[in-house]
Amino acid sequence: MTPLRRRLLFGLPLAVVAAGGGGFYTILRRMQNNQYDPHALPSPLIGHRPPAFNLPGLDGMQGFTNTDIAAPPRPMLVNWFASWCVPCLQEAPIIAQLARLGLPIWGIAYQDTAPAIATFLAQNGNPYTRLASDASGLTAINWGVYGVPETYFIDKTGIVRSRWAGALTLDLVANELNPLLERYS
Amino acid sequence: MKRLLLSLLLLPALAFAQMVTRDGVTLTAQQEQRAEAIGDQLRCLVCQNESIEASGASLAGQLRVIIRQHVIAGDSDRDIMKFMVQRYGIFVLLKPPFMPLTWLLYAMPFLALALGGLIAWWSRRNRIAAPAPLTAADEARLDELLR
Repeated sequence: MTPLRRRLLFGLPLAVVAAGGGGFYTILRRMQNNQYDPHALPSPLIGHRPPAFNLPGLDGMQGFTNTDIAAPPRPMLVNWFASWCVPCLQEAPIIAQLARLGLPIWGIAYQDTAPAIATFLAQNGNPYTRLASDASGLTAINWGVYGVPETYFIDKTGIVRSRWAGALTLDLVANELNPLLERYS
Repeated sequence: MKRLLLSLLLLPALAFAQMVTRDGVTLTAQQEQRAEAIGDQLRCLVCQNESIEASGASLAGQLRVIIRQHVIAGDSDRDIMKFMVQRYGIFVLLKPPFMPLTWLLYAMPFLALALGGLIAWWSRRNRIAAPAPLTAADEARLDELLR
């Protein structure tokens, strides 16, 4: 066996292990920094308009249909949430902050009741321009929503450009939402 | 006549025996079988390693209802799969379809086989030739040395 082959024979497995370790380290670090979620799925709705729906209002607010968000004057968010969902409670301050900064946010309450939503909004503030109720959860299925909260970014032509499954974080706002706003405003 | 009337009266009961109810939807045993076969091929998006048929998540329950409604309406398996993929993407299919994104996945066994074959061929080619058999003189010299 030549020295080169010997070195290759010993070095190759070592290199494979090192590359694997590096890969796993990157995955774990990105997961820790909320930059990567192995359970997140790409939404088939991205690049399309939301499917037809017509949802009633909630808590004295106006509901909305798909045509109401077909051509918004400014980019907007549609936020699916529920009073019974813990991550929704976590993201509430961030949603409220975005609304204060002037971003139109329309809410859809998923499988919820009017009294529970009223309590939730009384405690966390109401950041929503409009608030619809999807009590059956069937519109959610048509959107491909598989849990709450989910937030959809809709541009001025009514096309969905991004979807975040799970609570919005400051990192996501800085790294993903702000660039989208710059691009589509 | 009486017998005929009796059997006519029993007919709906017979049909009823063939009906099953799952997640609040009543359908025939055959329809239920079809619905289960479809649900077994779909991933529950809440508990991502379970099928829609096996999962206890409420979303999976709703999707089971939708599948059964489509089966009762007479939609084909393909139509129902398309309904799900349109909403949740190909991730919803437990068996990934053969498409550009998954070509590498399906080609992997053949690539591994080809790589193994290449290594086998390469190491065979580089095998050091066996030394020539000893001549009579070599044998004599060896005996002398080993004595």
